Amino acid sequence: MSVLRKSTVSAIALAMVLTVGSGLAEAKDKVKVGFIGPLTGGVSANGIGGRNSADLAVQLRNADANAKYEYEMVALDDECKPNVGVQVATKAASDKHIIGGVTHYCSAVAIGAVDIYNKFGLPVIVWAAVLPDITYGNKHKEVHRVNGTMINQNDVAADFVAGLGYRNWVIIHDTTDYGKGHNKYFSEALAKSGGKILATFGVTSEQQDFTAELTKAKALNPDVIYFGGLTPIGVRIRSQMEKLGIAAEFQGTSGIMSDAFITGLGPLAEGTLAFREGAPVDKLPGGKFFVQKYKEQGYPESPEAYGPFAFAAMNLLLDTIEEVGPNRKKVRKVLNKTSDRDSIVGKISFDDHGQNTVAAITKYVVQDGKWVVWEDSEYASGKRMLVGMK
Amino acid sequence: MDAGLLGQFVANGMMLGMMYALVAVGFTLFFGVLDVIKFSHGDVLMVGTFAGFSAYLGLSAMGIDNVFVQLVGILVVAVCSMAFLGAVIARYLVLPLKSAPPLNILLITLMLGTVLREAVRLFFPDGSNPKPFPYLLPTDTWSFGSFTLRADSVILLLGGLLVIVGVHVLINKTKMGLAMRAVAQDEETAKCMGINFNMIVLLTFALGSGVAAFAGVMNGLYYNEINFSMGLLLGVIGFSAAIIGGLGNIYGAILGGFLFAALQTVGAVALPFSSAYKDVFAFAVVIALMVWRPTGLIAEKSSERV
Repeated sequence: MSVLRKSTVSAIALAMVLTVGSGLAEAKDKVKVGFIGPLTGGVSANGIGGRNSADLAVQLRNADANAKYEYEMVALDDECKPNVGVQVATKAASDKHIIGGVTHYCSAVAIGAVDIYNKFGLPVIVWAAVLPDITYGNKHKEVHRVNGTMINQNDVAADFVAGLGYRNWVIIHDTTDYGKGHNKYFSEALAKSGGKILATFGVTSEQQDFTAELTKAKALNPDVIYFGGLTPIGVRIRSQMEKLGIAAEFQGTSGIMSDAFITGLGPLAEGTLAFREGAPVDKLPGGKFFVQKYKEQGYPESPEAYGPFAFAAMNLLLDTIEEVGPNRKKVRKVLNKTSDRDSIVGKISFDDHGQNTVAAITKYVVQDGKWVVWEDSEYASGKRMLVGMK
Repeated sequence: MDAGLLGQFVANGMMLGMMYALVAVGFTLFFGVLDVIKFSHGDVLMVGTFAGFSAYLGLSAMGIDNVFVQLVGILVVAVCSMAFLGAVIARYLVLPLKSAPPLNILLITLMLGTVLREAVRLFFPDGSNPKPFPYLLPTDTWSFGSFTLRADSVILLLGGLLVIVGVHVLINKTKMGLAMRAVAQDEETAKCMGINFNMIVLLTFALGSGVAAFAGVMNGLYYNEINFSMGLLLGVIGFSAAIIGGLGNIYGAILGGFLFAALQTVGAVALPFSSAYKDVFAFAVVIALMVWRPTGLIAEKSSERV
C-alpha cells in the first residue's frame, strides 16, 4: 500500500515538474482542435487520408513561428456508424478545451451528429459528407461545410451520363441517409435530363450477396447501373455484375472514389464513372503545395480524394482561431461570415446555412487503375469506349 | 419471366443455400451429440477463412504461384486449423460445462465469438478493412440466353455437395459415425458399450468446425472479398436454417439452408416492396415456420428422451 502511495506521489510530482517545464519552454498557449472521421472499418482509407491531411495543416501551423497558439489535434474514430459517431461527437463537443472541429466523411454519421454540435455549441466544418440536409436541413450556426452537396453532384452526373447517349438506368442504393439521398437527387436530376429509371433497389450497407437484385436488373437490360453508396459494397456489386454477365456501364458517386475501390476490383474497375465536388488535387490552386507538403511529412497512407478538403477545412478553422482567439462563440461567428477566402480547394464562401457555395463538380473515370479526370481520359478522346456507348 | 432468368435465380440461390447448409450442418452436429448450441460457429468460419487467406499470402510470399497448390494449401490450412480450434473449444469450454445449464454454454460461446471477431479485427494486419480474396478458380462462363453460368460457381457447388456427401458417408457408413450416432442417442449406454465419449465429442466439434472453414473459403472464393464480420450473419442464418430444418438432423439442416436461401431470393425478387427487406421477410417466415413446427421440418428422431 505504502509502495503504491509513494509511487503515486512521485508520479504526480514528476508530472508537475514536466508540466511546469514544458510550460516554461513554450510561451504559446495550447489549443485543442478536433478531427472526426472513419479511422477503422470499410471506408477507413478515406478517413485516415483525411486525418493525415488535417494533421498536416496543424503541423504546418505549429511549425510557423508567427502562429499565436500551439495546436493539438484530437482525432476520433466514428467508424462510419451513426451510433458510434454520436458518441465521439458528444465526446469532442463536451470537451471544453476543444475549440472547433473538422468532422465526418460519412453522411449518415454527420446528419446524426449536427444536433450535438448545436447543443454543445461546438463550431465544426464538415470535410467530406455530401448529404444536403447536413447544412440545409437545419439552422444550426455551428455547422459549416467546405465540400459541395450531392444535389450539385447528381445534377452534373445525370446531365453528363445522359449526354453520353445512355437512356436506361437501374439504381441500386444503400438504405442509409447517404444512399437514399443519392437515389432521391439522382432520380430527380435524371427525370430532367431525359433518362429513364427501370428499377430501384435499396440494399443494406452490410449486405454480401447482390445476385438476386442484379439478376432482376439484368432482366431489364439497363444501359447503366447507378450505385449510390460507399466503396465496400460498390466493390461487391461491381464484381457480382461480372459474375452474372451484366454488360452495363457502372456509374458511382463520390462515395466510391477511393483507391480502395480500385485495389478491391483490379482490372474490373476499368471504365467506372464517378463524380466529385471540387477540382482534382493537381488542378487545385494550392494542389502542388499540398501534395509536396504531404509527401514531406511522410504519411504512409495516401490523402485519398477528400484529403485536400480536410486540409482546407482545418486551415480555415486554425485561421479563424488565430484571428479571434480560442473561444467557441467568437470562432463560430467569424466562420459564419467566411466569404471569398482562398484555400487549396479554391475560394470558400459560406451561405447562411454554412454551406460553401462554390461547388464545381469534376467527372472521373477509371483508366488503367487510376481515377482520371474525364476530359483528360482516353474515353473522352474517343480512343476507348465505355460499355455499351454508341 | 423467361426460363433463363429463372435459371439464374435458382443458380444464385443454390450457391447461397449451399453455404448456409454447410454452416447449419455444424450447428446440428453439435446439438446432436451434446445438446449444445455453439454460437461462435459463424466466427470460427470467419477465422478459418482468414487462416486460409494467410496461407495464400504465405504461399505467395514463398513464390509459389501454382493456382492448384495455392487452392489446396488454403483449404488444408483453413480446414485443419479450424478442426483443431473446434476440438479445443469443445475440450476447454464445452465439455467442462456439460452438466451446467445449456444457457451457460450458449453464453460462453457467444462471448467467444465476439473475442474471435475482435481479435481478427485488431490483430490481423489492417484487419478492419475488407480484404480482396484471390481469384483461384477458372472464370470461364457459359451463356444460355439470359442465363450465365460460371465455371467457378459450378466447381464451388460441386465441392460443397462433395463435402455434404462426405459428411453423410462418415456418419452413416463408418465406425466413427456409428459411435457419433450412438452418443447422440444415449450417452450412458454408448459409454457402457465402450465408446470413448470425450473423444467422439472432440471429433464431432472438429468435423463441424472444419466444414464451417470450408464454407468460409467457399464464400471467399465466390465473392472474392472477406471481412472480419462475415461470420456474424452467416452464423445467425446457419443457426436459423438448422432450427427450421430440425436441430439435430443433418438432412433438416441442409433443407433449412436451401430453404432460407430460397426465401431470401424470393424476398428480393418476387415481393413488391424494396429488396432491402428481404432478410426481414426471410426471418419472418422462419418465425412463422417455427410456430407451426416447433421441432423443425424434419424432427430429430430421438428428440423425445426420457
